[in-house]
Amino acid sequence: MFYKILLSVFMVAFIAACSTTPKGTADSSGSGSSGTSSIDPSSGDAAILDDLINTPLGGPSSASASASIKPGSQEDLIVNVGDRVFFAYDSAELDADAQELLLYQATWFKEHDIQSITIEGHCDERGTREYNLALGEKRAQAVKNYLNGLAVFPVINTLSYGKERPAVVGSNEGAWSQNRRSVTKVN
Amino acid sequence: MKQFIFFFFLLLIGFKALSLEVTLTQGSIKPTPIAVTDFFSNEKNIVKVGKNISMVISDNLERSGLFLPLDNKAFIQDTESLAKQPRFEDWKVIKAQHLIAGKIFKKENKISVEFRLYDVFSQKQLIGKKYETSEKNWRRVAHIISDAIFERITGEGGYFDTRIVYVAETGSKVNKQKRLAIMDQDQANHRFLTDGSYLVLTPRFSPNSQKITYMSYVNRKKPRVFIFDIETGQQEIVGEFPGMTFAPRFSPDGNKIVLSYSDPEVGNSEIYILDLATRVSRRITNSSAIDVSASFAPDGKQIVFNSDRSGRRHLYIASLDGKNVKRISRESGSYYTPVWSPRGDMIAFTKQQGGQFYIGVMETNGLNERMIAKSFHVEGPTWSPNGRYLMYFKEERTAEDGSGGESSLYSIDLTGYNERKIITPLGGSDPAWSPLMH
Repeated sequence: MFYKILLSVFMVAFIAACSTTPKGTADSSGSGSSGTSSIDPSSGDAAILDDLINTPLGGPSSASASASIKPGSQEDLIVNVGDRVFFAYDSAELDADAQELLLYQATWFKEHDIQSITIEGHCDERGTREYNLALGEKRAQAVKNYLNGLAVFPVINTLSYGKERPAVVGSNEGAWSQNRRSVTKVN
Repeated sequence: MKQFIFFFFLLLIGFKALSLEVTLTQGSIKPTPIAVTDFFSNEKNIVKVGKNISMVISDNLERSGLFLPLDNKAFIQDTESLAKQPRFEDWKVIKAQHLIAGKIFKKENKISVEFRLYDVFSQKQLIGKKYETSEKNWRRVAHIISDAIFERITGEGGYFDTRIVYVAETGSKVNKQKRLAIMDQDQANHRFLTDGSYLVLTPRFSPNSQKITYMSYVNRKKPRVFIFDIETGQQEIVGEFPGMTFAPRFSPDGNKIVLSYSDPEVGNSEIYILDLATRVSRRITNSSAIDVSASFAPDGKQIVFNSDRSGRRHLYIASLDGKNVKRISRESGSYYTPVWSPRGDMIAFTKQQGGQFYIGVMETNGLNERMIAKSFHVEGPTWSPNGRYLMYFKEERTAEDGSGGESSLYSIDLTGYNERKIITPLGGSDPAWSPLMH
């Protein structure tokens, strides 16, 4: 019961944030959290949960794209929610932006009855291969734990790539900050 | 050892931005002039083999940085007369300190190779040996002879009859193709062991050099540690862990593997030792931090590993029951990938400080830390079996247009002298040096 209420609180928060903040510092392969809007979970109301679940969740970009995007697909997640969150250097902590995006993801999983996802953990190139494999796994695990805390129902697999699969090339802070990430994949 | 005079000088490198000073040690050695003559044969069909053996020996000695093979155009005495008796005056004139002479002849379907090493100034034979083998093994014989010469003159163990396993890299950084590859220490006999259809990382030899343990993404859902049998090509998963296993190394007796394991319920990497016969695994570390990159001491009684339990990445030593954990790295910066020297007295490691990476060595109590190589990115030292040389990889900076970023193997003398690029057909990373094959 607690989780149900909790989730509904988040749902309300999601709608509030969605209406004000388009998401994503998008690069070509996906979008992530960059929203800065504040959330006030205290305004939640459990009673409206059922209504919300039937409401199409459209971000600003989805109106034009939705025709070709299959709801509940990886593409849908990338375009309408954001598939990734970012981390500080040598950290597996989820900051406010990351937590907010995972909230959107949790809602989206529920709406589309997603059964199974994989969280990939990635690092920038500054670190050794082995340490980064461990750090990538820790990042993926942090996301998994957070989603589990939101009473998300899909089976969550984690997969660390360490520094093996950067999103963007370049030995500079701009590239590094985009490579320190977790990516959610719908299985 | 008397022949070698070591000059050490210290190079101070200042980092303006961080006002940080890191000392890079560079030894300088005066290589000993040596005359390596073609191994003589009066049988036409194997004259070429005699030349080739001599060339491999000469190249080995040159690469060691301790010898200066003389140009054979300067040789006065011909190999036929040399095969009977050296005229030391002829070799003194060209300032050869040592002389290597050899003979080769066919014996049924085998070849017989003999060599003699002379000290030119004392006019004495230092060592002489004879080997019989099939002709196709001429290269190994050349390496074994190189080892005998190196050992006799330097008093240190040899390292030429060895192989390197590494990861061959191609393609864009965002989707690099990686293959296990193996070659002789001198880059001959290069071949690929995997086809590149899945990621492979961090291969390491078993003590008998017949097997390789490494990490593979062949199962895309969960990358794991495998053992690869070089002879049969068969691969076998190591242990039954529900989560990711990585960073494996064999124990010195070859019966155990130390690896890192991320429990999918916890997500935190801990070090485990798996007994290959009983399949029983034992957890060695237990902290909420990342514990990774373990390596055995040569006596098999301790491990050295990497942990960020102090908040920074440092090196620790523990006994095999996980007790007596002691931090050994003490300077500032981040430490990674500790590898125990085969001699037992040193730990080589990767260090990150002030936006640069270093390959360094320290004593096992953490004292006398020295940096011997430095770059935008260097990583993953591996010891030659005699504990005298290190190999590692260097990765260049990548530009935003994707250019640069090449990864290559390098070797260096323990003193920081004689850094050399190892030429490989593709990019290279994660090298591991085999023990001596003989």
